[in-house]
Amino acid sequence: MNEFNGEIKKMMIILSKATLENVYAAFVLANGARMEGIEAEMFFTFFGLEAIHKKKLEHLHVATVGNPAMHMPTMLGGLPGMEALATSMMKKEMEKIDMPDVHEFLEILTASGVKLWACKLAMEMFHYKKEDLYEGVNDVITVGDFYKQGSGLGTHMLFI
Amino acid sequence: MEKQLAGKAITVNEEGYLTNFAQWDKSIGDAIANEVNIELTPRHWEVINYLQEEHKNEVALSIRRIGKSGIVDIKEFYALFPNAPLKTATKIAGIPKPASCI
Repeated sequence: MNEFNGEIKKMMIILSKATLENVYAAFVLANGARMEGIEAEMFFTFFGLEAIHKKKLEHLHVATVGNPAMHMPTMLGGLPGMEALATSMMKKEMEKIDMPDVHEFLEILTASGVKLWACKLAMEMFHYKKEDLYEGVNDVITVGDFYKQGSGLGTHMLFI
Repeated sequence: MEKQLAGKAITVNEEGYLTNFAQWDKSIGDAIANEVNIELTPRHWEVINYLQEEHKNEVALSIRRIGKSGIVDIKEFYALFPNAPLKTATKIAGIPKPASCI
């Protein structure tokens, strides 16, 4: 079943944030594209790099401050332990709906053929090395390389 | 709507999924696979039988669950049914399209 018909052929998803809700949104969109027969590539830049950083990807948090949808006073959201509490609550809910954790999600994405790219500039800024990253990451590339990956008709870009 | 597949009249929805599994047999599966340019091997059939079994047990199908099935891993699933594997495989299996986001 070829779903292309000149519609969306490829999704290029840029992840610049490390808050759990943003990481999951990006992962679900990339995986959902593959499930529809659409190609998908991801570019991890700035804080988004934490989602593919071996030591950090298991410890991502939900944002409790500056997130009006949490329906929590900003002062309260800033209290010690609030982020951890909100995160553990969200993780429990996600397990209920069969949502994988970050590491397992990365494995699903790579097995599904999603290409994972790390931003060279952000890697240098945070002093990360390729060895620090999840082994399924394809390479560390420049923004120019990423645009080249997205060339062709039917490519859509999304910044998260 | 009515459709002729493998010399039989079957009922499908607007996306081509069978609406009555009782009308399904292997020749229907072969005919749908042929329409989407997939030649079914014994490996394909193992996966299709697994999907039908899961459907019978009212299990919600998702890519994650298939990866954990022990029948096929996600990489092979995509290799067997390129372009939207879950949608394609369920269509061939004669079961409804899963409403899954993961």
